[in-house]
Amino acid sequence: MKTAPSPAAATFDTRCANAVELSGVTFGYDRRTILKGIDMTIPRGKVVAIMGGSGCGKTTILRLIGGSLRPRSGRIVVAGQSVPQLDRDGLYALRRRIGMLFQFGALFTDLTVFENVAFPMREHTDLPDEAIRDLVLMKLNAVGLRGAAQLKPAELSGGMGRRVALARAVALDPMLVMYDEPFAGLDPISLGVVGQLIRRMNDALGITSIVVTHDVYESLKIVDHLYFVSEGRIVAGGTPDEVRASSDPFVRQFLDGAPDGPVPFHYAARPLEQEFVRAR
Amino acid sequence: MNRATIDLWVGVFVLIGIGALIFLSLRVGNLLTTSNAPGYRLEARFDNVAGLKPRAPVKAAGVVVGRVERIVLDPQTYEASVTMRIDQGFQFTRDTIASVLTSGLLGEVYIGLDAGGDSQMLADGGRIAKTQSALVIEKLIGQFMLDRASAAPDK
Amino acid sequence: MPAERVVRGVRKVGATTLAILQRLGFATRFFAAVVWHSPQAFRRLQLTLREIYFAGVLSLVIILVSGMFVGMVLALQGYDVLNRYGANDSLGILVALSLVRELGPVVAGLLFASRAGSAITAEIGLMKATDQLAAMEMMAVDPLARVVAPRFWGGIVSMPLLAALFSTLGVFGAWLVGVKLIGLDNGAFWGNMQAAVDFREDIVNGFIKSVVFGVIVSLIAVFEGYDAKPTAEGVSSATTRTVVESALTILAADFVLTVFMFRGVGV
Repeated sequence: MKTAPSPAAATFDTRCANAVELSGVTFGYDRRTILKGIDMTIPRGKVVAIMGGSGCGKTTILRLIGGSLRPRSGRIVVAGQSVPQLDRDGLYALRRRIGMLFQFGALFTDLTVFENVAFPMREHTDLPDEAIRDLVLMKLNAVGLRGAAQLKPAELSGGMGRRVALARAVALDPMLVMYDEPFAGLDPISLGVVGQLIRRMNDALGITSIVVTHDVYESLKIVDHLYFVSEGRIVAGGTPDEVRASSDPFVRQFLDGAPDGPVPFHYAARPLEQEFVRAR
Repeated sequence: MNRATIDLWVGVFVLIGIGALIFLSLRVGNLLTTSNAPGYRLEARFDNVAGLKPRAPVKAAGVVVGRVERIVLDPQTYEASVTMRIDQGFQFTRDTIASVLTSGLLGEVYIGLDAGGDSQMLADGGRIAKTQSALVIEKLIGQFMLDRASAAPDK
Repeated sequence: MPAERVVRGVRKVGATTLAILQRLGFATRFFAAVVWHSPQAFRRLQLTLREIYFAGVLSLVIILVSGMFVGMVLALQGYDVLNRYGANDSLGILVALSLVRELGPVVAGLLFASRAGSAITAEIGLMKATDQLAAMEMMAVDPLARVVAPRFWGGIVSMPLLAALFSTLGVFGAWLVGVKLIGLDNGAFWGNMQAAVDFREDIVNGFIKSVVFGVIVSLIAVFEGYDAKPTAEGVSSATTRTVVESALTILAADFVLTVFMFRGVGV
């Protein structure tokens, strides 16, 4: 599938063994600090999961890699380029080589499934209509939805929508695909299908994948490496086997779904006695 | 909604929209009759133009032949100087009489031109010498009362 | 403590003023950005044509029907008043001047804001709430050029045409009532109208008004959509704001324009 010519292709794809490198990345809005020093390497060709509870800054990491947010400090290198230092044109050139699957797909509701997948091709290539048609149907076939090409996104189930978004994310044969909660709100069957597709796409197209999720069991089945993020820091990591065998309390709490542990049940508050003495 | 349908509808929309603009310009407005037509200017002086406004029609024998362009007061003579724009194609003799008239009792005020028998025609920037001012109803009534008053003792 | 309350009140006024100014500044920068990205929208005319379809063609029914009824009502009411002074023949003037100078641009603008403006806001707001704009940006496609600019220009193109259609149908409605129903003289209706309505003073000025209102409504609509909070309530309140802000701005701008345009006429 060596198609979709991109002018930027030559500048990437060479030398560096790591698709993405983050070192000492901090980020925050105003007074609220979200990331407090993230170090992470994502090797070329691997599927890496970033796990953590809701609101711990997982999605923020993706936005930093994609360049929609700028870090307060630290280095973010994607395919040998320092993302925070790119200007608009450089950033857009880089983004053509990055696919992203948003939470709940973010399909364009006014376009058909076919046009959704064709969108990046129409925007960034001068391919004739027949070539785009063939390419789109190939991508849709890869996710098993060639027959749904003429449906509108509103007519798709959650899992099908996610698969279409996946086909759109890989439309331009990117070198890196980022998945933001690809499993959220899916039934077990769709969840398995999407998980397998992520793995298969990664290996068949030779891309690198970053999966942000809190679904630990599905991730363990498909990824090469996991990072656990909590309160703006990476608290644990390892291969699926290492994670399964881990005795780290945070990893254990995450795997076992215990309500209390390193992630406390109670939101930070004054001691209970004090609260009631005051109330009286 | 495919592309051809959208193109068709947008085409229809733009065409009838432009059609409406043309209708407003030609049928409602007076684009063809005056503003755009080439013309020349004439001037006339009146003692009183009460109620005459810029853009008021200039009529000859009831036909609109032009429009009032400007009304100013001559500071020396205290006369109203009215500049009219007359459409090309209408020529008026030098002894034309210009009058400030009213259509109906409450209608609009306009300027009436009555051509005379002179063989010379007025040229651009020419001045109509003979004018008749607006009838001011208060003055008319006052005049009428005076006449009655002065006529009464004779009876 | 009353003094404290006064201070608090003043502070509130200050904070509100600053917030409004900040928003205005943001809107101005947004406007500049949209204009800056417009050439890209023009290069792919199909996108703008599509938005003319949604903003203009889909507003046709409400504009045509409303224009017709407004004209018919104007004729009935106008006849009632003019008849008392024996000035029936001026009905055409009354109707045409009201429509072309004021009602056409203003009422069409208000209808356009509630029909097309609100739809534009809701559409862009929904695209934002469902991450479609972010997705576009991640695909290296600028949403300002791809989504906002075509809608902005579609609105600007549609609005003057809709206003002209509104006035035309209004005149037609008045003709139906005045000439066909009441039985005024057809010649006097059109003749007096043509003698009194000036192309430059009335038609062109009315057209300019409708263009200005088109810019106002389109800008407010795309801005509110782009600026909406990415939630369901955010989108719905942005839609409401579009209609309210458009209506107020149209009426205020109408006053200002009228002062400048018709100054010295008839005075």
